[in-house]
Amino acid sequence: MNKTLKLSPLALGAMACIALASTAQAGEVEVLHWWTSGGEAKAAAALKATMQAKGHTWKDFAVAGGGGDSAMTVLKSRVVSGNAPAAAQIKGPSLQEWAKEGVLANMDDVAKAEKWDSVLPKAVSDIMKYQGHYIAAPVNVHRVNWLWANPEVFKKAGTKVPTTWDEFFVAAEALKKAGVIPVAHGGQNWQDFTTFEAVALGVGGADFYKKAFVQLDQPTLTSPTMAKVLTTFKKVKDYTDKNAPGRDWNLATAMVIKGEAGMQIMGDWAKGEFLAAGKVPGKDFVCAAAPGTAKDYTFNIDSFAMFKLSNAANTKAQKDLATAIMSPDFQELFNLNKGSIPVRLGMDMAKFDDCAKQSAADFVADAKSGTLLPSIAHGMAVPSATEGAIKDVVSQYWNSDKMSAQDAMKQIASAAKTR
Amino acid sequence: MSAQDPARSPWLPKLVVAPSFLLSFLFIYGLMAWNGYLSVSASRLLPNYDFIGLEPYRDLFASERWGVALTNLGIFGGLFIGGAMVVGLLLAILLDQKVRAEGVLRTIYLYPMALSFIVTGTAWKWMLNPGLGLEHLMHEWGFPNFEFGWLVDPDKAIYCVAIAGVWQSAGFVMALFLAGLRGIDDSIIKAAQVDGASLPRIYWRILIPTLRPVFFSTLMVVSHLAIKSFDLVMALTAGGPGYATDLPATFMYTMAFSRGQINLGAASATIMLATVAAIVVPYLYSELRTKK
Repeated sequence: MNKTLKLSPLALGAMACIALASTAQAGEVEVLHWWTSGGEAKAAAALKATMQAKGHTWKDFAVAGGGGDSAMTVLKSRVVSGNAPAAAQIKGPSLQEWAKEGVLANMDDVAKAEKWDSVLPKAVSDIMKYQGHYIAAPVNVHRVNWLWANPEVFKKAGTKVPTTWDEFFVAAEALKKAGVIPVAHGGQNWQDFTTFEAVALGVGGADFYKKAFVQLDQPTLTSPTMAKVLTTFKKVKDYTDKNAPGRDWNLATAMVIKGEAGMQIMGDWAKGEFLAAGKVPGKDFVCAAAPGTAKDYTFNIDSFAMFKLSNAANTKAQKDLATAIMSPDFQELFNLNKGSIPVRLGMDMAKFDDCAKQSAADFVADAKSGTLLPSIAHGMAVPSATEGAIKDVVSQYWNSDKMSAQDAMKQIASAAKTR
Repeated sequence: MSAQDPARSPWLPKLVVAPSFLLSFLFIYGLMAWNGYLSVSASRLLPNYDFIGLEPYRDLFASERWGVALTNLGIFGGLFIGGAMVVGLLLAILLDQKVRAEGVLRTIYLYPMALSFIVTGTAWKWMLNPGLGLEHLMHEWGFPNFEFGWLVDPDKAIYCVAIAGVWQSAGFVMALFLAGLRGIDDSIIKAAQVDGASLPRIYWRILIPTLRPVFFSTLMVVSHLAIKSFDLVMALTAGGPGYATDLPATFMYTMAFSRGQINLGAASATIMLATVAAIVVPYLYSELRTKK
């Protein structure tokens, strides 16, 4: 399309008027994302359809690999070589790191026209801004502290879905006796870390979490509460199966879907897998806040960072993309598929399932009570180097039988000093 | 070319090799130097050219994970190089006994080399996974007490990587040794046999010592495979459980590309380069000296 545009703007203009009707200038928008599994792939397709409806060419740049590590690697090489995509899935403090490198575009005009300041909670819009300017568009809000359970398995084992960590271990014991794997877990370091985060929040509470994992307060990281968090966390491992190392999160979710396992601690992207398997929330599967965290909310907000582009048509397409991402229609369509909730406030949640409705209600309530917390395991709380260093220790502690809780505590405290 | 007198155009050979020399100079040594500079720079997410001194190296050697990676390189390197050499030599000697269907056997042993390490890693991951592979199979066959969970045990997982590595490379080592053995003059063996030497003795005292140059070149190939080993670990364990099977190459990748600590990654790459150089330089030196 672009080549044609350069050759004969008139011809293309005429063609665009006839064929595309809605836009005079059609650009190409290349989007880097890692939504490749079941429910996520459907969500990405929704964004593609929205952009194509506006007459732009969508160039898919999907890099598989949960958590996006591989995608980031590809992105870096593209940016270093001066060939950045229009938008890339970047989130949390990483947005600031990228903006500091001076490669992100200013989206203030789109934000102003679309009134982002008033439709986004302040906690969210702050993350999307660098030095007061919008550099990214938020897509959705994931709640990380969820417990997914298969009610049939729980019924067979004669126990109920736990709401505290004490109940959790009682339930896990009952499930074990009934001959199922109590906790479906994938032994990858970010999954170990996700479980750790849920335990830390459930055992320590919101204040502890904020001090320890957002502010990286040393006395809190070496407190008795931290020791209790670590011993509880390690106890969870006794209820996972020994084939867990290396397993992908969606395979662990599949174990719960099939009834091979009782429950899984995972963010609400897991819901997409349940829905894609044709399961009904509340009936075939239960979504509950992770034990002891009913009044807290760890969020993981996906966003698209917008890169500086040189081609005018592509810049136009990029702005349309930003507008599209924040439009109520897209927010609804996308989040219905992704299993998350719209980041835009005041949306009609009628079409959403019970899990999402609960998530949305809690999102608003927790924002007011100050228990809306960034997820450390999903790159929302601290810079990637610090997060990685802490993740290493947590994962090593989970896997090693030789490391004591005291050792782990010391190492986490020293990892937290990584800058 | 034959018509032209090489003495009249001494610049021609130089001109012909110049592009490849220039390219390799730029893209090998130039990039090495760039990496070296990055390792003492303030680079984090993207390259940055502010000099900060040896800080990244201090961080590197203070890092527990780097310690694990180096230890693993020692264990993996030793077992992989030693294992591949011993198994390869043994296979070569056995194949050298004029066995029937030698061609078929040779192909079978050499075949793993045709696979990429990713395929090897994935296949061994399935075989060694307690829930899918060997242990599961033995349980199905009626040995419920059989246990083989090395792959999921942080202390033993690195041995699984070595096993898969040896399986992959032993055939290649065998081919090199077999070629070496076939290159030895038959009359030496016949003379030894006339003198009444037994077959093991002939191998131990005559054939294997004559294979010395083959030994060295094989060692070179296999040891650099060990040091740069990355794909095998990624496919087999992805560095897990935890970071129990991290190697310097996977460490470098994680730090430089997914953690936004390019200077730390570059520092580890420099240490890897130094390790390779420590092996290659003395070897090249001795080789070049004997040729003179």
